[in-house]
Parts: sequence; C-alpha cells; structure tokens
Amino acid sequence: MLALHDAVFLARLQFAFTIGFHIVLPAFSIGLASYLMVLEGLWLATKQQVYLDLFQFWLKAFSLVFAMGVVSGIVMSYEFGTNWGRFSDRAGAIIGPLMGYEVLTAFFLEAGFLGIMLFGLRRVGPVPHFLATCIVALGTLISAFWILSANSWMQTPQGYTVSPDGRFLPADWAAVIFNPSFTVRLPHMVLASYLCVAFFVGAVGAWHLLRDATNKPARTMFSMAMWMALLAAPLQIVMGDIHGLNTLHYQPEKIAALEGDWDSGRGVPLVLFGWPNMQTEHTDYALELPHLGSLILTHEWNGEIKGLKDWKAEDRPYAPVVFWAFRIMVGLGFLMAATGIAGVVLRCRGRLYSTPWLLRLMVLLAPVGFVALLAGWVVTEVGRQPYTVYGLLRTAESVSPIATPGVAISLAAFAVVYLIVFGSGFAYLARLVLRRPAAGE
Amino acid sequence: MMTLPGLDLPLIWAGLIAFAVLAYVVLDGFDLGTAILFAVEHDAADRDLMVNTIAPVWDGNETWLVMGGGGLLAVFPLAYSIILPALYPVIIAMLLALVFRGVAFEFRFRAGTPRGRATWDIAFCAGSLVAAACQGLALGGLLQGIHVEGRVYAGGWFDWLTGFTVLCGIATVIGYALLGATWLIWRTEGELQRRCRRHAHTLGIATLALIGVVSLWTPMLNPAFAHRWFGWPGILLTSPVPVLVVLLAMGFWRGLAHRHHVTPFLCALGWFVLCYAGLGISLFPLIVPPGLTIWQAAAPPESQAFLLVGAVVLIPIVLIYTGYAYWVFRGKVLPGAHYH
Repeated sequence: MLALHDAVFLARLQFAFTIGFHIVLPAFSIGLASYLMVLEGLWLATKQQVYLDLFQFWLKAFSLVFAMGVVSGIVMSYEFGTNWGRFSDRAGAIIGPLMGYEVLTAFFLEAGFLGIMLFGLRRVGPVPHFLATCIVALGTLISAFWILSANSWMQTPQGYTVSPDGRFLPADWAAVIFNPSFTVRLPHMVLASYLCVAFFVGAVGAWHLLRDATNKPARTMFSMAMWMALLAAPLQIVMGDIHGLNTLHYQPEKIAALEGDWDSGRGVPLVLFGWPNMQTEHTDYALELPHLGSLILTHEWNGEIKGLKDWKAEDRPYAPVVFWAFRIMVGLGFLMAATGIAGVVLRCRGRLYSTPWLLRLMVLLAPVGFVALLAGWVVTEVGRQPYTVYGLLRTAESVSPIATPGVAISLAAFAVVYLIVFGSGFAYLARLVLRRPAAGE
Repeated sequence: MMTLPGLDLPLIWAGLIAFAVLAYVVLDGFDLGTAILFAVEHDAADRDLMVNTIAPVWDGNETWLVMGGGGLLAVFPLAYSIILPALYPVIIAMLLALVFRGVAFEFRFRAGTPRGRATWDIAFCAGSLVAAACQGLALGGLLQGIHVEGRVYAGGWFDWLTGFTVLCGIATVIGYALLGATWLIWRTEGELQRRCRRHAHTLGIATLALIGVVSLWTPMLNPAFAHRWFGWPGILLTSPVPVLVVLLAMGFWRGLAHRHHVTPFLCALGWFVLCYAGLGISLFPLIVPPGLTIWQAAAPPESQAFLLVGAVVLIPIVLIYTGYAYWVFRGKVLPGAHYH
C-alpha cells in the first residue's frame, strides 16, 4: 500500500496531510465564533461580567486558531492547481464558482470584520462590536455552506453535462449546489464543529475546576459546554444515521467498505470488529451480530445490502482504512453522547462541578471532537476512492503532470513546516487556555 | 440557464481577475513590505508598532490572493491548471512563506519570551521576503511564456528560473518594501517615521531603476509584446505610461522633502498601478503566453455568468465594508496601542 514511488499516491498523501491539518482549524473557528457570539450576546443581555470575561478569554484563542486556519486554507485554494491540475481543468467550471462564492460571501466578510471583532471593542462600542462578532460567526457558517457544497458535488455529482473533451459543464446550478449529499453533509459538519468546541471548552473548564472549584468563569464555561454536549451529541448520532442512509443510496460501495461487507444479501450481520482483507475479499477475525447490519442501514430486519464484490477490484476503496475510521468516529460519537448524559444527571443531583471523575474525563476528552471529525473525514474521502468526482473522474486521472521527486520534496517541505508552525501554534493555544481565566480581565 | 448573452464574459472576467490581483498586490504589498523592513528595523517597540499598523487589516488584504486564485479556477480553469503546475516550486514556496508570515502576527505576541518573539520576527520578515520574491518570480515566469501541449503544462521543473524572473523577484521585494516604508510614513510618527522617509528615498531610487530595466526587458521576451508597446495604435495607449511614472516620481520626492504623510504612499501605489497597466498592455489578450488567450481558457458561459452576478453585487459591498474596517482603525498608530 505504501507506494512512495508513485506520484499519484504522493499527491494524495500531500493533500490528505495539508487538509487534515487545515480541516480542524475551520471546524474550531466555526464552533468558537458561534460560541463567542453567544457569550457576547449574553453579556449585552444580562450585563454579567463573567460573560465578557469568557468572551475575552476565548477571543484570544479564536484569534490564534483563525490565523492558522487562514494560512492553511490559502494552501488548499492553490493546491487544486499545483497538484490536481487535470481535475481543475475538467471540474473547474463547477467547483470553481462554488469556491468563488465562498470567497465573495464568506472570506471577505470574515476578514473584513475580524479586525473589529479582535481589536475594535473600544473603538466602535459594544453593540456594533457585537454585530461584527455575529457577522464573523455568520461568515464561518457561509464558508462551510459553499465548501461542503463543492465537496458534496464531488461525492454525489448532479446538474452537469460532459463536454466532448471530458470537461464537466454546469447545466443547473441549483441542482449542483443542492446535490443529494449536501443537505445531510452540511448539518453533520456544523454539528461536528460545535461538538469539537463543546468538548474543548468543556475540557478547559474542567481543568480549571479541578484546580479551583469556585472559579466562576470556569464554572460557566463548563456548564455551557455540558449543555452543548447534551444537545449536540445525540443530534449528531441521528444526523449520522441520516447521512448513512443517504450514502447507502448514492455511494453504496462506501457503505460496503465501512461495514466490511463483501457479499450482497438480505439480513446482513453487523460486523463489529475485524480486518477487511483486500486480497482474499473477506473480513478476517470478524465479530458479527446477526441481522443488525441490515437493520441499522435499511431500518428493516431483512433489508438488502450490497457487498464490495459487486464492484470490480479496481473500483473499490481501500476498505480497512474506511472500516476502522468509521468505528473510531461512531465510537467517539457515542462516548460524547454518554458524557453529555452523565453531565445532565450529575447536574440534576447538584454535583456537576464537584464530581472529579467527570472533570477528569472531560479533560481527557479535549481532542475527542477533532479526532471524530478527522475520522469522519477519512471515511468520506477514502470511501469515495478511486474517484475525485465520484463514478466519473478517477483520482489517477486528476493529478498535475508533476514528477515524483517534485511532489516528494513539496510533501516533505509541508510536513516540516506544518509540524513546526502548527506544533508551535497548538502549544501556544494550550498555554493560553491553561492560564487561569481571571474575573474582570 | 443564465448565460448573459451579448456580454463578452471572458473579457469582463479578465478585468475582474486583474482587479483582484492588483488589489492583492497593493494591499498585501504594503503588509509584506512592512515586514520586510524588519530587516533594518531592530527595535522591539518599533516592531510592535509596525505590526500594529497592519494587524487589523492583513487578513482582508490576503483574501484578495484567494479571490485571484479561486477566481482563476472558476472562470479560467485551463489557465489555473497550467500556470500552477508550471510554477510548482515557486507557488509551494510562496504558500509556505505565507504560512510563516501569517502565523507570526499571532505567534510573536504569544511566544512569551524575547527570544521566542525574535524567532517569530525572523519568520515574519523572511516569510514576507520569500513570499514577495516568489510572487515576482511567478509573474516573470508567466510573462516569459509557458510551454503547453494539449491542455497541460509540458515544460521542465526549472523553466521558471531565468535572469528575467530573478530580476522580477528582486523588483517585487524592493517595490513591496517601498510600499511598506511609505505606508509607515503615513501611519506612524516620530523617529520611526523619520527613518522610514530615509528608507523610502533609497527604495524609491531602486524601484524606479528596476521598473526601467524590467520595462525594457519585457518587450524583448516576445515580439508580440514589443508590437503592442511600440506599434500603432498601441503606442497611443503606452506612451503616457512612462510620462506618468516620471510625474509620480516628482510627486514622490516632493512629498518626502515636504514631509507629507500620505503623498509618498499614494505615489508608490501609483507606480504599482502603472506597472500593472503596462503589464496588462503587454499580455492582453493572452492569459498564458505565448499562445493561450482569455477566450480559449474561459470556463463555459454558464459558469462565468453565474459567478459574475455574485461578483457584480458583492465586490462593491466588499469594498465598502473593507473601507469601513480601514476607517475604524484610521490615524497614527501610537506606542502602547496593544492589539493583543
């Protein structure tokens, strides 16, 4: 599988590496911007100092995360050309305008009001400042709208025609934008962003509560995070189920890969664990629960599921990665939901802030949302291989004519620079949020 | 399906993309230039002040780069898919340099120790310098022509590296530094402002000399360029360009001598706009010299029309609120005006 001599594989690795670093940052920004909007709104509505303190506390983190998101995002917007030139030529007329609208409706909006949000409270006054915060938060969501539309079109393309020279031409923009997987992918991603931030903020609150249970800002942020976990985690499980049904309909081999199903049939068991073996076309060491696979995916006891053998070997995604990434995502999803429920039970008993195991668990779960998000990203992106535009344009036909050494050098450069830069960035972030949130900051 | 019949969409979009790139060059030009001046401005307090003049606006300025790249993908996908692989090492180096430059805004305030801050100051300055140089190299690499076969880049790994492109790289660094120095004359006062006048004087001479050399070299790259510059009726359009450059030079040095705050910056901007116009005259209607025109590289009218509707409505709004953001942070930036 490690084909380091293969320019296509290296280009994929580079894209996966750069987008893997990037994707956690906008997810962080989306969630944090909404959280900051709520905090500032609560401050304006209640005039309670604690909300302003929390706003200032998280604003510094937002500023750091946003800057890292911007620089890693610019890389993405050019990498489509540097490494995926043939894809850009053939799908640019559809993907390009969606990203163009992202720039026009989201990036400029965020950038235009970010300065005021970060530095302008005294210059413009509280209410205009709150509006700037709202606009930045809205911008992050608009950005998610367009980029997920573009990504979803690559997964479930529609509303296009193909020119004689193989380019995709738009035929119906509404059909392109609101393609079949977009309407489930967008809420799934936004909820994921909110969960990332809920558990990160909760972890920071818990960390400070373990040191001082009376710390007011820490109590408030922990409480808010636990409410968010309770609300968003179960919703995300429902949304994930809806997403799964959608994928079963439009990308059945992705489902076959993530379930580890090789043979089509009815009343298919649920494979809990195992190792899908691409050579023997069999899931080794499988631990199965009868009929549950059909029940979960089709909501019928004997529903029909297609197996990977229905596709030619060269049209299948690499199943072990999809299979395991899916289990990590789902497992962490249930863990998040359980933690949210534990939180509300302890809250009802009046012990939300004073139960050491919950606080310690929450500290441990600081990265849980991000890990689940990355796992989900791997499921959806590796699961649609070997295509960039699903079923239509192969990944191998999408790359730029860059020789292997060239891609190898740039990949190494990205690896070194990203590890230094984002490594430092996350260290600064950790230092920033581990500093005690003081009242009246 | 909307196609806006009767409009020459590729021509309109060529104008809009050119505007986005120009907006990027002048706006991020003074950001990058300010950072490049870290090479000669070592005082910690002055450096904080310099960063604070651009901290509230740099992100918006850099967004024009995404608009230029994303716009090119949307409306001239063929050009995007040829130019970027052709300039692969230059583009990757520029992106990595911009990573260092962008995070340094935050990191230099978060490092916590003088040594940490000094490290990120180096990243800030070197990142900006490399990004500027790469942008010049890329421009030169595009101007000198790109070897295309079929619909893909067919040249070598180092086609972009020639005497001409290196000259363009140097010119861009010097020009951006000039923009930075004149920006700081506008936005600061006292000792730092006085030193920036001196920098601006030196950089102004260097910029003018480099503009001269690049302008003489460019027509020699391609007979078509020479024809557009010196043939009839192109000369009607081109002859005012050098005259205006000289007029701006007079304004520039007069502004420096009389200690004007804004004039030097405006004159430096004017030079950039004129050079850019000259570039446009050379290239038009090519988007990838020597052979690919804007009409050949254009996305289908359905794509161009769809994005044009948004651009026509949204770009003026973007300009208005960008102007507002600048207005909020207007005036001299004072020491101790902590933006962190």
